[in-house]
Amino acid sequence: MPILLKGTWVTVQLTILGLVLGLVIAVPVSFGQIYGGRVARLLCSIYERVFRSIPLLVLLMLIFYGLPEIGVRPAPFLACILGLGIRSSAYQSQIFRGAILSIGKGQTLAAFSIGMNKIQAFRYIIFPQALRYSIAPWTNEFTVVLKDSSMAYALGVVELLRQGSYIISRTYEPMTIFLTCAAIYLLMTISANKIMQLLERRLQIPGFEIKEVSH
Amino acid sequence: MSEEIVLKIEDLHKSYGDNAVLKGVSLQLKRGETKVIIGPSGTGKSTLLGCVNRLVEPDGGNVYLENELITPHNIHKMRQKIGYVFQDFNLFNHLTALDNVRIGLVKVQKLSKDEATQIAMEQLKRVGLAEKANLYPSQLSGGQKQRVAIARALAMRPKLMLFDEPTSALDPELIGEVLSVMIELANSGMTMLVVTHELGFARTVADEIIFMENGVIVEQGPPSKIFTNPEKERTRQFLRRLTELYGEDKV
Repeated sequence: MPILLKGTWVTVQLTILGLVLGLVIAVPVSFGQIYGGRVARLLCSIYERVFRSIPLLVLLMLIFYGLPEIGVRPAPFLACILGLGIRSSAYQSQIFRGAILSIGKGQTLAAFSIGMNKIQAFRYIIFPQALRYSIAPWTNEFTVVLKDSSMAYALGVVELLRQGSYIISRTYEPMTIFLTCAAIYLLMTISANKIMQLLERRLQIPGFEIKEVSH
Repeated sequence: MSEEIVLKIEDLHKSYGDNAVLKGVSLQLKRGETKVIIGPSGTGKSTLLGCVNRLVEPDGGNVYLENELITPHNIHKMRQKIGYVFQDFNLFNHLTALDNVRIGLVKVQKLSKDEATQIAMEQLKRVGLAEKANLYPSQLSGGQKQRVAIARALAMRPKLMLFDEPTSALDPELIGEVLSVMIELANSGMTMLVVTHELGFARTVADEIIFMENGVIVEQGPPSKIFTNPEKERTRQFLRRLTELYGEDKV
């Protein structure tokens, strides 16, 4: 069990770093798609389409085995974070884009009408509302990245699943060990949902209730 | 009423693609005047209001507020002096009634929170909603939302108020409470330009009625003249149709 917990910790690191990297890329991409000029919009849309279409495993292989050909040799752990982060950024950008666009044009007009500039209107009017609309889909993305971090197995990163298979190679108890792994994933997913629910409740405002969909 | 001109609109033009919505509209408002724009839908009435504070970018023409030309450079400053009331309220959904009224004072005019709260509460009291200050828009009725929106505009201490069909999105029984706030406002000496189909309101408070159609002003004059003895046949037809629609008593 302590060994599995060590793997769990790596899984948590992969998930969080992947999500953070995804967030950092997604925000400018979603802004580019909404507020950018023609070129920015096109580039951001291509980015988003491409990385939503490539299977994560293929992306990981490209980064880990492909990049060394052009002289970049990322460590397996780093390669996984890059892969998870880039893929997640494509999805997260769509979460933010959808949330921002779901705020009616009237809100911006009203903000302008009392003398706000574009930045103030975004900061005080659009962003706080979009944030609330983002939480539910973002929770979903959280669990997707958490589960997909198991693909790091393929690059030899010793996360939860690989720790599990190491144990199996000694004990020959695949059912017990894999079930334990599954239970740990389940536990993490439920906790993630709970944390996000708490956050959602803290930020709750009448008129902004959305029921979350968990996977 | 003084002779000082608050709003001057000169030869305003606006097209959407090939569709010319405003074809050279000019008008002015003196301090304390209320003018009501009537006319069939799609004739550029709302576009005209939008062009005044550049929520709609005009293609040509000039707008002056207190003799100062409104340009893209001074627009944020000028908009603070022009209260704008929207057809569908556009209250900030994530803020309480109080914060809706207060946010412009705090974030745009940089007043202290205490000062802003005081002004905001005064304005909410003025529209009769002081006790609803801590409710969110989703907890208010349409009429209450529109009154909060009026308070939000008034809090900025505007020189001019623009109303874009402020009662068109309301249930009939809620129209009265909004109109009475507007009547009080007009009587208190606010300069107002109002687009509305509420002819009763127009008759009561308007100093002048402006009949617009197809992007131009067809006819303007005091309500007594426009309603009883309009010069243009088109104005007569339009008023007759409204009367048929809403009944004699509202006209």
